[in-house]
Amino acid sequence: MIPVAFDYARASSVDDALAKLAATGAKVIAGGHSLVPLMKLRLSEPGTLIDIARIPELAGIRAQGDSIEIGATTTHHAIATSALLRDRCPVVAEAAAEIGDPQVRNRGTIGGSIAHADPAADFPAVILALDADIVIRGTGGERAVKAASFFRGFYDVDLAPGELITAIRFAPTMSAAYVKLHQRASHYAIVGAAAALTVKGGVIEAARVGLTGATTHAIRLPGVEQALAGQTADGVAAAVKHAADDVPDVNVDLHASEEYRRAMIPVFVRRAVERALAR
Amino acid sequence: MTTSAPVLPKLIGERVKRREDPRLIQGRGTYVDDLKIAGMRHLAFKRSDIAHGKITAIDTTAAEQMDGVEAVFTGADIAKILAPMPIGTPFPSPPHHAVAVDVVRYAGEPVALVVAADRYVARDAADAIVVSYDPLPAVVDPEVAMTGQPAVIHADFPNNLAVALVPSGTGVAPDLSSVDNTAVDQAFKNADVVISQRMVNHRLVPNAMEPRGVLAHWEPGKETMTIWSSTQNPHILKTMIAAMNGIGQHQVRAIAPEVGGGFGAKINIYGEEYVCSVVSKQLGIPIKWIEDRSEAFVATTHGRDIIAYVDVAARRDGKVLGLKMRLIADIGAYNMLLTAAIPTLTMLMANGTYDIPAIRTTLTEVFTNKTPTDAYRGAGRPEATYFVERAMDMLAHELKMDPAELRRKNFIQPNQFPYQTQMGAVYDSGDYDKALTAALKAANWDGLKAERDQARANGRIVGLGLSMYVEVCGLGPSSSLPTGGWEHGQVTIERDGRITATTGASPHGQGNETTFAQMLADQFSIPFEHVTILHGDTGVVKQGIGTFGSRSQAVAGTALHLAGGKVKKKMAQFAAAMLEASEDDIVFENGMVGVKGAPAKAKPFAAIAAYAYVPVPLPPGLEPGLSDEAFFEPANNTYPFGCHISMLEIDRETGEPKLLKLIAVDDAGHLINPLIVEGQIHGGLAQGIGQAMIEEAVYSDDGQLLTGSFMDYAMPRATDFPRFELSATVTPTPCNPFGAKGVGEAGTLGSTPCIVNAAVDALSAYGVKHVDMMLRPEKLWRLINGGRS
Repeated sequence: MIPVAFDYARASSVDDALAKLAATGAKVIAGGHSLVPLMKLRLSEPGTLIDIARIPELAGIRAQGDSIEIGATTTHHAIATSALLRDRCPVVAEAAAEIGDPQVRNRGTIGGSIAHADPAADFPAVILALDADIVIRGTGGERAVKAASFFRGFYDVDLAPGELITAIRFAPTMSAAYVKLHQRASHYAIVGAAAALTVKGGVIEAARVGLTGATTHAIRLPGVEQALAGQTADGVAAAVKHAADDVPDVNVDLHASEEYRRAMIPVFVRRAVERALAR
Repeated sequence: MTTSAPVLPKLIGERVKRREDPRLIQGRGTYVDDLKIAGMRHLAFKRSDIAHGKITAIDTTAAEQMDGVEAVFTGADIAKILAPMPIGTPFPSPPHHAVAVDVVRYAGEPVALVVAADRYVARDAADAIVVSYDPLPAVVDPEVAMTGQPAVIHADFPNNLAVALVPSGTGVAPDLSSVDNTAVDQAFKNADVVISQRMVNHRLVPNAMEPRGVLAHWEPGKETMTIWSSTQNPHILKTMIAAMNGIGQHQVRAIAPEVGGGFGAKINIYGEEYVCSVVSKQLGIPIKWIEDRSEAFVATTHGRDIIAYVDVAARRDGKVLGLKMRLIADIGAYNMLLTAAIPTLTMLMANGTYDIPAIRTTLTEVFTNKTPTDAYRGAGRPEATYFVERAMDMLAHELKMDPAELRRKNFIQPNQFPYQTQMGAVYDSGDYDKALTAALKAANWDGLKAERDQARANGRIVGLGLSMYVEVCGLGPSSSLPTGGWEHGQVTIERDGRITATTGASPHGQGNETTFAQMLADQFSIPFEHVTILHGDTGVVKQGIGTFGSRSQAVAGTALHLAGGKVKKKMAQFAAAMLEASEDDIVFENGMVGVKGAPAKAKPFAAIAAYAYVPVPLPPGLEPGLSDEAFFEPANNTYPFGCHISMLEIDRETGEPKLLKLIAVDDAGHLINPLIVEGQIHGGLAQGIGQAMIEEAVYSDDGQLLTGSFMDYAMPRATDFPRFELSATVTPTPCNPFGAKGVGEAGTLGSTPCIVNAAVDALSAYGVKHVDMMLRPEKLWRLINGGRS
């Protein structure tokens, strides 16, 4: 639980952070709740840490026209307690409130969670369901990537060395929900499902479903999304019944076998959809 | 006495807030890791990353060449200055080197160590040591291990048997010279019903909030050793450090500063403590080692891990005729201080609260390639309670009897106390029906059953669990403990009338600074704030044993009370001289010392104290000063008891269990501070429910601890529980003047079986008769879906 020696530099702005990141072996730190445990276990040994936690432009939750933008260094606690999110897109606040424990929520950040892309993290499922843009800055400028193409594999995301996530941007919706089966030690998701629906007159016109915990990385479930289109509440259970079919390789660990995890996928997808529909 | 003086309230029995809390909550406590001494160096261990293997080579070259590294020791180097570690039980034990020599026997066993300028360099250098192994098969399953497969861990212990088949109970001679099975066999022959079940009380990681730590300081000029350690028993540490360093006990001072929890795992005197002391002595500098959390998971003793094959013979009316319990304890790779004795407490408490005519238990203790076990909150008694209470529930289910009624039919009756059990215990006092009745009433048992049945009618999977328990507390007398079973207290009235008292108990979360001050404030009728309790430093506390076995109040509290009585008598003699009255007429009231019937004569407590230290004139026959001590050895243990009831729901779709209600009635005799008692019960419940629902140490087939961090080993949190509903009955013990029994471990006894009983009740509609802990959602989901768990 003692990390190897490393250098540390605090960035004062995004430009400053990008310049410092160019240094060999540099890694970004914000809340440190993914990186520091790995460093203590000596599974990660960065030569330099660039601290972006105190860059003012990276923090905060703001409405921008039809979108909401959450700065990358916004803590889970700030998200969980945001009046703006509770009023216009409660799924994000609810998911944040389910992460870890108060200590984790007070330090951990949404940008860190997404960049780290733990296969069982909560936010990836939610931003997949919201079809969020991940706003990324590099020395070459800014780009935005859809969540569905950002998460590529096991701890593998579309983020080049030297790039920095600056914000998450999405169109808010009330008709969305996130539920998970808690792993009782870590409180990560054994299976977590987020659903965002377009509903008219009790009929689901369109659905997006994000799934975490089940496979190498958070994914959308296109088969379920299609099956849900046109359904009312009564048709949800049947529509999600085969949700696990969209998941090729299911994780196996101490806490859940493949069979159990597969069985839990339709359960939690259905619960997420029903809850979103009830809003 | 002046009439304006405020009347001091009696404090015994009051909910006084813990005086320890403000400093501990605000981070103002001083733990071992907070200590610094000039010249201090840091020690780090290289630990085995395999479970079993021969060491073929240790290359320390890279470590030795690192900047800041001052010394590197291998196991062979340490063996030259430190003998194999002793144990505290009379069982045969294989040699156990603090740092492994030739063979490693569990993942996490120390292999070498580094002394360096700071903790970071020490860690880097320890990582730079390269150890080569010739791997041996890992012995993981204790029942396979008993056949000598897949390997024999200690050459002199064939079939890995640390303790081979010790019988106990009806017909067993105390010296084991003869075993007569007639009564037990007859009981099973006469039975209408026999219940047989294999049960596992699985392994747990104690996980004190503060990991262990040691700072050893040999001062060559004085030839003294001071050792600070996160321990539960500094006086035992002092004894052992002296012996292992070949010096006298008068040369050793052991200090337990703030200790952040122990749960029994800090009773053992560990290799790290011996190593720091001998390395400090060898190098002549202070040596500090602080355990990190990853180390704590594998290097600090584990708890529980006993398999029981339980058979119960009963009549159809519910009367239990006989009980057989074949116990197999997986003790890990080595015997530690009390390891071998812990499962014997499971045997001792095999009959629980019941009058069972014939009992046979046998105990086998088995070595495996795992972290050694030792005491963990309850230490053997929760295991016994779990086995008996699960068996009673299975019997009730088989006979279709109310689980409360079945128990009531078998209780030891109040007029049977003191009750000599067939297992060798003498229960001091008890009224089990009273606790059961109180719990049924507090829970509204019939209402709860109706609520359960209604929930079931609505398609929910809900169950009720009930469990009795009887605990062994107030550990002593000396015949039962190799350390001695007494406790020591000293009370000194300072010259200003304040009281400084020392206790040989060494609290690490029990709140004795508060409860003992309540006792002494009442004894002398002075303000609570005028009493300070010192503990944990053998340079300050003359003698002691330590804090374990829920003994602080019953044994150490009594020692202080007796010491206080001696001082009070002497103070009364000074007062009699000063107030020109008879000693027998002296009264202590509201901070004053006066004469019965003559209130005007009263003097402040402090005035009498001042006189005792400047005694002009010195009363004939008296020495100056007010300080005295007492050793107290109890004649017997105390046996608190209680009844726990729970309501639990299992999610039909996911198998997730949720605890809806927990009602606990505990009888710990008279309580000094109900607030602290409730805190102790809350903590015990959390750990007992934790074992049933979320805590489990899991090893892989190659002997790796898979639950080696808090990412995979769940610690109970407040959000895991409903509001506990606590109440008490009061059955005093005759063993000490307060009638207080002890309560530190009790919460872990009744809660665990009460939760599993509720889960089995919930699943009874699915044909489930037993499920082993922990209640993993997947396991329950499989049972609901017709599979075997």
